[in-house]
Formats: sequence, structure tokens, C-alpha cells
Amino acid sequence: MGRYGTEHAVTGRWRWPLRIAALTYLGFLVVIPVGSVFYRAFQHGFGAAWTAISSPDAVHALWLTFLVVLIAVPLDTVFGVGVALILSRHRFPGAWLLDAFVDLPLAVSPVVVGIALVLVYGKSGWWGNWLAARGIHVIFSLPGIVMASATVALPYVVREVLPVLQEIGTDQEQAATTLGASPFTTFRRITLPSIRRSLAYGVTLTTARVIGEFGAVAVVSGLVAGKTQTLTLFIQDGVENLNLVAAYAGAVVLALVALAVLAVVGADRREPTTERRKPRWRSPSDPSPSDSEVPLLSTT
Amino acid sequence: MSLEVPDGSLTALLGPSGGGKSTLLRVVAGLEVPDSGTIEFDGEDVTGIPVRDRGIGFCFQHYAPFRHLTVRKNVAFGLEVRKRPKAEIRAKVDELLDLVKIDHLADRYPSQLSGGQRQRMALARALAIEPQLLLLDEPFGALDAQVRQELRVWLRELHEKISVTTVLVTHDQEEAMEVADHLAIINEGRLEQIGHPAEMYDHPANEFVMKFLGPATQLDGSWVRPHDLVVHRHPAEGDFAGTVERVTHLGFEVRVDVTMAGDGPAWVQLSRGAAAELDLGPGDPVWISRAGSTGQKVDQPTGPVEAEAVADPEPIVDDLAPTTAR
Repeated sequence: MGRYGTEHAVTGRWRWPLRIAALTYLGFLVVIPVGSVFYRAFQHGFGAAWTAISSPDAVHALWLTFLVVLIAVPLDTVFGVGVALILSRHRFPGAWLLDAFVDLPLAVSPVVVGIALVLVYGKSGWWGNWLAARGIHVIFSLPGIVMASATVALPYVVREVLPVLQEIGTDQEQAATTLGASPFTTFRRITLPSIRRSLAYGVTLTTARVIGEFGAVAVVSGLVAGKTQTLTLFIQDGVENLNLVAAYAGAVVLALVALAVLAVVGADRREPTTERRKPRWRSPSDPSPSDSEVPLLSTT
Repeated sequence: MSLEVPDGSLTALLGPSGGGKSTLLRVVAGLEVPDSGTIEFDGEDVTGIPVRDRGIGFCFQHYAPFRHLTVRKNVAFGLEVRKRPKAEIRAKVDELLDLVKIDHLADRYPSQLSGGQRQRMALARALAIEPQLLLLDEPFGALDAQVRQELRVWLRELHEKISVTTVLVTHDQEEAMEVADHLAIINEGRLEQIGHPAEMYDHPANEFVMKFLGPATQLDGSWVRPHDLVVHRHPAEGDFAGTVERVTHLGFEVRVDVTMAGDGPAWVQLSRGAAAELDLGPGDPVWISRAGSTGQKVDQPTGPVEAEAVADPEPIVDDLAPTTAR
């Protein structure tokens, strides 16, 4: 059975009621609604769905979402690893504040994040005019969408990587330093491989969040079809303007992308750990490692 | 404190836990910065030189293996970082793995090794960069008793073979006496005494060293080794009178607890033969004297002899020819 527990974790008469309850819950919340989206999308045939999703506006929305992921996710990754390193490797006054700020985007509604960005970078905002005078438009433009997306997805990498960094400690890094490694080499060859798994998961969560983000992006984008409309906004637009086939087809694309992302994580998680990747060295004739294996004092 | 480590020696920093031994070792390595004082290798001040340029080999208490790398890659790390040619790295790693006798485990990961094997891998990794100084932090602390015993002897032999100046930290006096040719006793941040193990055992500088290095008991207000005392059934001149409290047989030795007349408890370590000859039992009156010239004592339990000033560590580490690791 492996990673999902032992075979007899739940025994006897409770087994079936529990299974049915869990599946029913999942069915009503996820399977039936998502399934009906798929059904609705292809209700008028595959051709209609294809036409809807291959319209210039739809293609642009997909491209824009892709572009935002391409910029926002690396930003959050670099920032996330940096903050996790600072929080785990240095003691400084105000560390708790930084720690708390990282969680802020999770705590406040995405709409608030969007409004806050408009307040600062909008036409009547603090820096909005100054930037606009230099030809940099943040709000109702790509920079604003990227900033909103990066902000709401900011905590995931930190929260995935930080506990791992704390758990592995600094011994290996110090050992690398005594062996002559520079800080960058130590990071690249020791720290990064140690957090690889959690980092991959954090990046995936970040990606999923950026793809799916609606509230914050809706506020800052201006919702101009073919210009500042991401895939989620395209779907919302379709629902509002009763272009339902387009909305459902867009939703299907979004769901498929999400499934693909999850599949990538799933594959990575099922992959055996670094230590076990090598061929099984433990054969019945070769039991657990022991110190008596080599007679230390036999020679010399 | 001022501490000098002779060229090619195996020096043990010995003392109770929390006494500052590991801190001193980390300061010498450069992993920690001293508030004041200097570290010198071969008379050259290295206090300002960062760890990675100091050319020291450091074995961490829990070995700090690179968990995602094989044994071979672990050992090769220092050489790869130095961008040595591949063939040279390969040859050097093979040689080291053979030296520490884990050549058959080269392709395993650290999690597939036993504690002792990890220990030896960490040692090979530290030796790969041909350090001018090898530092071992509690090298046998995390191992079980039998393995520890084996590794001690092995380390001693290894040191004779490669003769790199080595400093190790331990809180186990038996281990220090067995492995090291130099001892530095450190207590509460102070250097209590430094010297050769046997000499310090016989001529401890103070009460602390006396008690820390081996069994000690009081006779006539001064400290002596219990095996340096002789028990008589009849009084002689200069003997101290007492009454036997208990006789305990501990295998090859016999421990006799005695209450000295007007002087409180003491104990004597006897050989089985001597004990059988005396045939002692509780309540017997006895007379105790120091065994001839071999008996040593500390007359005045004074403070530390060569050491002072915790806040001003000034360890001087003298060493082999400079920068063999380039």
C-alpha cells in the first residue's frame, strides 16, 4: 500500500460508510461541478468549443496568463528562497516581522491586494503619476498584473522551503565552507540540492496560484479584452456577457493546465528520494549497515 | 588562555561539557570569530583569514555528511571545489577511501552507512584537501562503546601514518589519554593544564585536573590516587589510622572504603592478590600509607596554573609547513 497507509487502518463495519462519505463529499464539491463544466463546454460539439477558445481574445488571454506565470513565478521563487535563507540562517531584530509579512498576502483578500496596488501605482496614487510621466504604466497594464499575481502567490515558496532549511541545519553548509567552497558554491552544490523537493512543490503551488488568480488581477488589469485579460478574466467575461461556451471552454483549458501542474508534482513526489534512487543495495545477504563490516585493525 | 599545539602532534582538548572546548576548536577553524586574541599557524596570524582559505580539515560532531552525495562525491567535494583535474581527484579519493577502509562503500549514500563508517567518510573528506591542521569535534561522541574503542586505536594508527597535526575535542578522559600525545585540560573557559597524558596523570597541576584525569581520594587533607595507597593491618610510623567500611570486589580490582580517624571517608584501590592477603572486612582497623616513590599528590589545591582570562583567548596553533593544501 505504501504512502496511503496500511491496509487495515480502518477495519470492519466502518470501512465502507467512511469511504462512501469521503467520495460523496468530494463528488458534490469537486467532481460534479467540474464535470458539468466539461459537459457544458462540449455540449454543442467539439467544434463550437474549439471556435470559442481559438478566438483572438481567448488566445491572447491564454498567452497573457502564460507570460505572467513566466515573470511572477521566478520572482517569487528567488524572493522566497532568499527570505527563507535569511529567516533560517540569520538572527536579527525584526525577523518575526518579516516572517509575519510573508503571510500577509494569505491573510488579506486578493481584492484588497489589488486595491492596495492601485492606491500606490494608480493614476492618483503615490508613484503612479511620477511613473506615468516616464512612460511606465503599472495599473491596467502587464506590470500591475504581474505585481498582483506575484504578491498573492508570495508565501508558498517561503512556507515550503523554510521548514526544510531549519530542519537540515547549517552543518553541511559549514562543512562545505571548511572544504573551501564559496558561499555561492555552497548554495548551489549543498543547500539547493537539499531543498530541491520542497522548492519544486513551492514553485508548483505558486504557479497554480498565479494561473488561477482572479480577484487581485481583476482590480489592477482594467479588464480590456485582448489587452489585459488573463484566462480567469476571460472566463468571467464570458459568463457576464452570456458567451457561455467561451466561458466553459476557457474553464476547461484552465482545469487541464491545473491538472497538468498537479501531475508534474505528483510525478516528482512519487519519485524515490535521493537516497533510494540508487539500485536497492539491501539484499537479504547484506543487512543493515553495521560497524563490524570491516575489521578496522586487521592491517597495518 | 594561551595554547600551543606542537607540529605533528595529536592534541586533545579535554574537559567537562560546556567548558568551551568546542568553541575554541571552532575559533581555531575560523567558524567562529574571537572577541579578542589571535590564531597563528606556523607563526603566521590567520585570525582574519576566512574559514575556506584557512586550509583546515574539520570533522563535525555529527559528521555533517552531504546527504545528497555519494561517499565518493562527499570525499571529492573539497578537490572539485578547488577545480583539480578529474583524474587527480579520482586517484586521490580512491587513495583516501582505501586509507579509511570504506573503499567498498564508495557508491553508497551517507544514509546507508553506519555511524562509524560515516565518521571515517567525514575524516577522508577533511583529509582530501591536505589540511595543515585537522580538527575533530567529539569524534567518537555519537558512536556506541565498542565501535568507539576500535576507532580510537584506528585513529591513533592513522595519525602515525599521515602525521598531520591534529586537535580533537573530547569530554572523555579515558579516550583523551588513549588517543592523544598531548592533553589540554579546559574547564569553564580556562586552560587548567597542558602536557603529556602520563605526566599529567602523575603530576596534576591542581585538584580539578587530579580529579578529572582519574580516580582520586583524600588522605590527610591532600588528594592522592587510590591505587597509590597501601593498607596495613598493623600500624607503622607515618601511617594514618582508619576503619574499614565496605569491601567491594570489582573484577580485577578491589575497592576498600575506609573512614579515617578524625578525617572522614577515603577509599583505596587494591589488587585482588593484595586484598586476599589482607582479608579485610567491615569494622577492621587499618593503617594507610602512600606507596613509596610512585605515589603522587597535590599538596595545595590552587587555581589554574598556566591559564587565566576567559575573555581573552589567545590560542597559538603552531603547525606543519605552511599551506600544503594549495
